[in-house]
Amino acid sequence: MTSHTQLAHLQRLEAESIHIMREVAATCENPVMLYSIGKDSGVMMHLALKAFYPSKLPFPILHVDTTWKFREMIEFREKFAAEHQLDLITHINQEGVAMGMGPFSHGSAVHTDVMKTQGLKQALDKYGFDAAFGGARRDEEKSRAKERIFSFRSAQHRWDPKSQRPELWNIYNNRIQKGESMRVFPLSNWTELDIWQYIHQENIPIVPLYLAKKRPVVERDGMLVMVDDDRMPMKPGEEPEMKMVRFRTLGCYPLTGAVESTATTVIEIIQEMLLTKTSERQGRAIDKDSNASMEQKKQEGYF
Amino acid sequence: MTTKSYEVQQSEQITNDIEGYLHDQEHKNFLRFITCGSVDDGKSTLIGRLLYDSKLIFEDQMASLENDSKKVGTQGGDIDFALLVDGLAAEREQGITIDVAYRFFATDKRKFIVADTPGHEQYTRNMATGASSADAAVILIDARKGILTQTRRHSFIVNLLGIRHAVVAVNKMDLMDYSQEVFQNIEAEYREFAENLDFLTITFVPMSALKGDNIMTPSDKMPWHDGPAFMSVLENIDVARKKAEKPFRMPVQWVNRPNLDFRGFSGTISSGTVKPGDTVIVLPSGKVSNVKSIVTYDGNLDQASADQAVTLTLEDEIDVSRGDVIAEINQRPETTDQFQAHIIWMGEQPMLPGRPYLIKTTNKTVAGEISALKHKVNVNSLEHEAGKTLALNEVGLCNISLDEAIAFEAYRDNPAMGAFIVIDKISNATVGAGMIDFGLRRATNVHWQAVDVDKTARAEQKRQKPVVLWFTGLSASGKSTIANLVEKKLHALGKHTYLLDGDNVRHGLNRDLGFVDADRVENIRRVGEVSKLMIDAGLIVLTAFISPFRAERRMVRDMMEPHEFIEVFVDTPLEICEKRDPKGLYKKARSGEIKNFTGYDSPYEPPERADIHLHTAEMTAAEAADAVIAKIEEKYQEV
Ligand SMILES: Nc1nc2c(ncn2[C@@H]2O[C@H](COP(=O)(O)OP(=O)(O)OP(=O)(O)O)[C@@H](O)[C@H]2O)c(=O)[nH]1
Ligand SMILES: [Mg+2]
Repeated sequence: MTSHTQLAHLQRLEAESIHIMREVAATCENPVMLYSIGKDSGVMMHLALKAFYPSKLPFPILHVDTTWKFREMIEFREKFAAEHQLDLITHINQEGVAMGMGPFSHGSAVHTDVMKTQGLKQALDKYGFDAAFGGARRDEEKSRAKERIFSFRSAQHRWDPKSQRPELWNIYNNRIQKGESMRVFPLSNWTELDIWQYIHQENIPIVPLYLAKKRPVVERDGMLVMVDDDRMPMKPGEEPEMKMVRFRTLGCYPLTGAVESTATTVIEIIQEMLLTKTSERQGRAIDKDSNASMEQKKQEGYF
Repeated sequence: MTTKSYEVQQSEQITNDIEGYLHDQEHKNFLRFITCGSVDDGKSTLIGRLLYDSKLIFEDQMASLENDSKKVGTQGGDIDFALLVDGLAAEREQGITIDVAYRFFATDKRKFIVADTPGHEQYTRNMATGASSADAAVILIDARKGILTQTRRHSFIVNLLGIRHAVVAVNKMDLMDYSQEVFQNIEAEYREFAENLDFLTITFVPMSALKGDNIMTPSDKMPWHDGPAFMSVLENIDVARKKAEKPFRMPVQWVNRPNLDFRGFSGTISSGTVKPGDTVIVLPSGKVSNVKSIVTYDGNLDQASADQAVTLTLEDEIDVSRGDVIAEINQRPETTDQFQAHIIWMGEQPMLPGRPYLIKTTNKTVAGEISALKHKVNVNSLEHEAGKTLALNEVGLCNISLDEAIAFEAYRDNPAMGAFIVIDKISNATVGAGMIDFGLRRATNVHWQAVDVDKTARAEQKRQKPVVLWFTGLSASGKSTIANLVEKKLHALGKHTYLLDGDNVRHGLNRDLGFVDADRVENIRRVGEVSKLMIDAGLIVLTAFISPFRAERRMVRDMMEPHEFIEVFVDTPLEICEKRDPKGLYKKARSGEIKNFTGYDSPYEPPERADIHLHTAEMTAAEAADAVIAKIEEKYQEV
């Protein structure tokens, strides 16, 4: 009778995430779910559909578009939103666009800050969201491992890692004053393996970029960058090469490194992942910019 | 079987039978634990070591660990495993842990979530955060230092939070020549201390987290230790809680209403099992219905048990909202708006009895107050101490009174139904964590045996409004004399009265109580309850008790309806009382013959706003009695 007395691992994680989402829906005035189109967002959306069934999601979905996402991501987003009749808000930092912002012209750090971090803050302020769900996991990075599930942000969207609210049991204190907000991480206790295993178990659709395919890439600073459109300037002697690659995380295409792989199904990804010796964030240019950089970015309002 | 061959085996299974591998992972046994103990005992190092030894550190992470160890490590350039968990910039700079880190790892036997918590006293609340969701605690002790205050504090708090399994890791054995004697002495001392705690199992492991001794495999440096290595202890702790077999309760979190035809109640089941057709009661309202269906995105279920997040629909259209609890009808939880609980205080500002706070349970936020601090617990000696407030990181036993009733169970029996947090109304900070022990009174609308002849009927028959006239004041201030006169006058007016006098009650009902603070509180509580019954009987009750503490008078006031409690302050200066001294008690107190005498070595807290304030130095007892009667008549008009 084990199935009745102890939940299986993914069931337990699922229940915890659903509990968190319902808590927000029941107690926050104007919540929003951040949707990055990645696999974690996909799982989070799927869990949200479960949490509120048969109701529709009681909050809108927000995608902060940096204008440099992979084209396949945008296609996927549109299809997904239509299929589930989601109330999708797409926000682009127009000031950044006016400045001609991009990772090639301004560097990865400035680009990410302006288009992603500032863009996100703009959107949160514009709509007055008091709680924003994010799909971050504690196993991703060492400062994320320290963050609460309900993570308080000042009116300036700052995270103060040195004075987080105690968070006991599953009793979440989401009380805030006007202007302040909560970032809520329902996938905090999931690992990368859990995510993939859940995608496999629940048959959750993912952007095809996660699966290996021959794609045009160039190697830069030890990173395989996919040439997704003609905005990518070629350096002298550089020639895109067709390689069998896939992505472990998805972001702005020039900042997201591909890995060579032959995994064309979710189960093969899982196999590859279990046998690999590098972590998933390794492919992200942004994490290498400065030491403890994630913590700093998070303090400044990055998700 | 060595670790190596397990790894090879695992790789083979991943390659050849991935579905089988995933199935095994999915159904693996699971343990949540924390590391705790005093500063620098090696908690983070131990977790870093576990992650490293269970091959969870990827090549890129290893490269940055080596790099960081050189830059900010405490090991002179050698690998500092603590840096794998101490992820905040401030932690790395100071070489300490500030906040809890959650990490995940697995062995072939079990999956683990570990919370590495800080040892610094200042960050105790972060330790409690980690401990609240854990089933086992690894308590580290530096072999050089032995048991410290912080070791005791953490042991007490994790135990209070319901952790029943402790692993005492005697660390840094490398610095004590792996001495058996050192280990044994620490073990003996800890066992003695733990006699006063409530752990089901305590396992002692000597180790060096830094060098890896006795972590994954038994160490040849400590052949004298015949117990298993640390990891195998973790793998074998049996924490099965059998939550699913307890009575069914589901706190309603969110009302699910997609359209007019569907009304479901969403929540996470705290205990027990539910099936369609089960008869359930909704608390605190007491409405009854049957479960119609258990709705989920994946289809309706035949049954659901503890920890599952589901949506229930009921047969009847009854009013259910967030904050309610749906429970098994035959074994329903209690409902109350007053209870006793242990509180770990986490606010920078001290806890003040009487101050309004918000109390949040798993699904309900209610305004309330801590009406009394019964005692504090000295974390070092575990002794009870009197106190007025709780400072940051202190633990106390408190009475809490809420503006609304909640359904609850003792934390011990069902943590999900007995836990709450305290929130500061102004700053919104989480300032306390509470664990309910028991209810102080049952909410009026449920459980109370409903009878047709009720309070109103009884009072009407007597043509009076039942109240309690609560006389408070120093010994010999004139409480009994005045109360006696008032009762005579009321009687003459045809009122039905009863006088409860301190001395008389202490001869019978409260014969078992003395005069220490706790007994004084209990004395008053019982008198309060008796008064309440008499009010229910329609009587006008007069009480004459010193009742020196504001909090207890407040407690009694809270037991009644707002207009039923009239506080009469018999304000007689101490000198006058001393001079009168009809029972010779002041004399005895002066000579030290009796202890805890109010006004001498035990305080009297005068009412801040008594309903009736009698300055007896300026009036006779008869005048005072007239003043009371006049005031009651005035009150009657108001009501
Ligand atoms: N020699 C020796 N040193 C150790 C051992 N375990 C930890 N240390 C050292 O003790 C110091 C403190 O270790 P931490 O792991 O940071 O201690 P902690 O208990 O996590 O400290 P806080 O979290 O700040 O309370 C570091 O310099 C460690 O390298 C051990 O087994 N032997
Ligand atoms: Mg530490």
